[in-house]
Amino acid sequence: MLVVDDLHASIGGTEILHGLSLEIGDGEIHAVMGPNGSGKSTLAHVLAGRDPYQVTAGRVLYDGADLLAMTPEERAAAGVFLGFQHPVEIPGVPTMYFLRTALNALRRARHHEELGPVEFLALVDAKRRLVDMDRSLLDRAVNDGFSGGERKRNEILQMLVLEPRLAVLDETDSGLDIDALRVVAAGVRSLRAPHRSAVVITHHRRLLDHLVPDQVHVLAGGRIVRSGGADLAAELEAHGYAGVHEPGAEPHPVSTATAR
Amino acid sequence: MTATSRSVPARTPPSGTAGAVAVDAPDRPWEPRWLNVARRRAAAWVEAHGFPTVKHEDWRYTKIDAALAVPLAAPPQGAVGDVDTLALADLPTPPLGGVRVVVVNGRVAAGLSSTGGALAPGMRVEPLADALHKSQGSLEQAWGWHADGYAHALRALNDAATLDGVLIELAAGALVEDPIEIVYASVPAPGAGWSHPRVVVVAGAGARATLVETYLSGPSGSSVTNAVTQVHLGQGAELEHCVLQGAGMDSFCFSSLEARLARGSRLSSRLLATGGRVGRHEVDVVLADEGAELSLDGLFLTGAGQHHDNPVLVDHAAPSCTSRQLYKGVVSGDGHGVFNGHIVVRPGADGTDAAQVNKNLLLSDRAEVDTRPRLEINADEVACSHGAAVGQLDPDALFYLRSRGVSEGEARAVLVSGFAREVLDRFGRGSIRGRAEELAMAAGLLALGEDGHGDDAVTAGLARARPGGR
Repeated sequence: MLVVDDLHASIGGTEILHGLSLEIGDGEIHAVMGPNGSGKSTLAHVLAGRDPYQVTAGRVLYDGADLLAMTPEERAAAGVFLGFQHPVEIPGVPTMYFLRTALNALRRARHHEELGPVEFLALVDAKRRLVDMDRSLLDRAVNDGFSGGERKRNEILQMLVLEPRLAVLDETDSGLDIDALRVVAAGVRSLRAPHRSAVVITHHRRLLDHLVPDQVHVLAGGRIVRSGGADLAAELEAHGYAGVHEPGAEPHPVSTATAR
Repeated sequence: MTATSRSVPARTPPSGTAGAVAVDAPDRPWEPRWLNVARRRAAAWVEAHGFPTVKHEDWRYTKIDAALAVPLAAPPQGAVGDVDTLALADLPTPPLGGVRVVVVNGRVAAGLSSTGGALAPGMRVEPLADALHKSQGSLEQAWGWHADGYAHALRALNDAATLDGVLIELAAGALVEDPIEIVYASVPAPGAGWSHPRVVVVAGAGARATLVETYLSGPSGSSVTNAVTQVHLGQGAELEHCVLQGAGMDSFCFSSLEARLARGSRLSSRLLATGGRVGRHEVDVVLADEGAELSLDGLFLTGAGQHHDNPVLVDHAAPSCTSRQLYKGVVSGDGHGVFNGHIVVRPGADGTDAAQVNKNLLLSDRAEVDTRPRLEINADEVACSHGAAVGQLDPDALFYLRSRGVSEGEARAVLVSGFAREVLDRFGRGSIRGRAEELAMAAGLLALGEDGHGDDAVTAGLARARPGGR
């Protein structure tokens, strides 16, 4: 589904990603872990098409298409979703309206009928129960006055409503208590399907215990320095990142992607 | 402090304005003597002071030269027959359900007006021209508000030259449920000059009503409206007031709200300004006795070729009064918005609670906003705050929406609507809100976000149709 090939990206003239390569097959969940400043969020933003990040070399293929040539909204229409580490407040725009505008924009782009208010309400009501989100939050402006946990639930709710083919979750688990973490994990699991994939960027192993990723990658110094199975997360927790990026360490070869 | 003994207005009168102005104030034998005297006095004031220029503090950003090319007043007598071009279908729909008075080119058009069923007990609504034939104590008082002098010539000109308008009197305790609606329409007519409609609202103790004023004009022809609405609220009276300014893009729309609030009375006034080549809505409120409350909200959507000026003077003349102001501007193209808010707390007005906020959104690099919040405090133990902000659309919020699949154009429109919503919400939830939203849409509110590249506003439909949003 996704092939990241020798990606170099910078912001403000500083290169953050130095030749990152990654392949994700259909139906897979990949975790990307790594210390602060390793380029995890840069990877997420580059995949979503955030403006100030500049790709200086490399390519990203999404279902064989050049993802980097697409606008953010085109990427969303193609099924890419970014769960924000710091979800943005939008005063004056009710969450419900935001969600419906987004969903209908995607449906228009895919030549589907727009959903009317009644159908939409029913859809959202079912999804918000999954993330245990209070109905009243949906009438409030997007993330305006939301707690950290409420914002993250809102991200997951958006993901469930928009049903992306590739979800990129940027530290969605940071700052969450155990209950909220379970909700996030349940949300991601509920989308699991042979045609959907996810990249879960995280600092901690806890979310991965709930998700059981197909692969875990260690990102350090702007490249993937090691890849392994779910047990790599446990190993990292026990020994830290120190052991995986000693000088001269070669990145482990990325395991073969599932054929599309 | 009573209305007539009000001290010299805080606005400074104009000086050094160019050119002699001759204002025609012919005697009108059918009007009471006091009115003839007052009209002559007002005309003389205009001749003595001239029209405001940009040297005048409160007119610094608003040029009226082009408006002065239009004759200042229509002949005092004449039929409304020349405005047959206006039909009921041209008026805003649906009617708001109460009394509706339609004022065309400054004169009440009886055929287009209606009482909307039985009048509420204690309410009297009368065309001003009729009321002026009689000697009305309340009108004599209204003309006396500026016996000491005017803030500027346009205000004086209305005193001198108004032909018609509406007198609304609410007896003590009168409760008027349905909104009283006044529609001002300017239509092209031979010899049409400036129109000076005048509305006087006198509410007795404890009376309650809603007044909605809508300004419209035909799509072509330059018209000038110079309207004054005077509101006198008795003890504990409450008025909900809405102004919807949707005048044509070639017109000048000068309007003014003057209010005097007695003890414990409450005025909520909201403005939505979308129309006019030049729109200037002036608010001048005196909180004249203890416990009076004022709430002012304004939203101006100023597009290419437009200029909206919002001078506000809130005069805390008595202790323990409250005032709240929230003005928002959305300026696109080469539009120019102005907020000029002045709060005065008079000596002795202890316990004043006054707040003023002005926020503006600039949608193109040619758009301009001037915001001048001013506080003048001459009392102790007051809580006064003011703040002003001018900004652009939040790029993070824009990206957030786009990352969810919303095109750049639509994302901009969503953010602009969100910005405007806070003020639109103050228009309530019923038919008045509907009217306000319709006007905002017609002004391209949803499409205004599209203006980031200096293009003229396009319709929401076009915004959606734009491929890729770039």
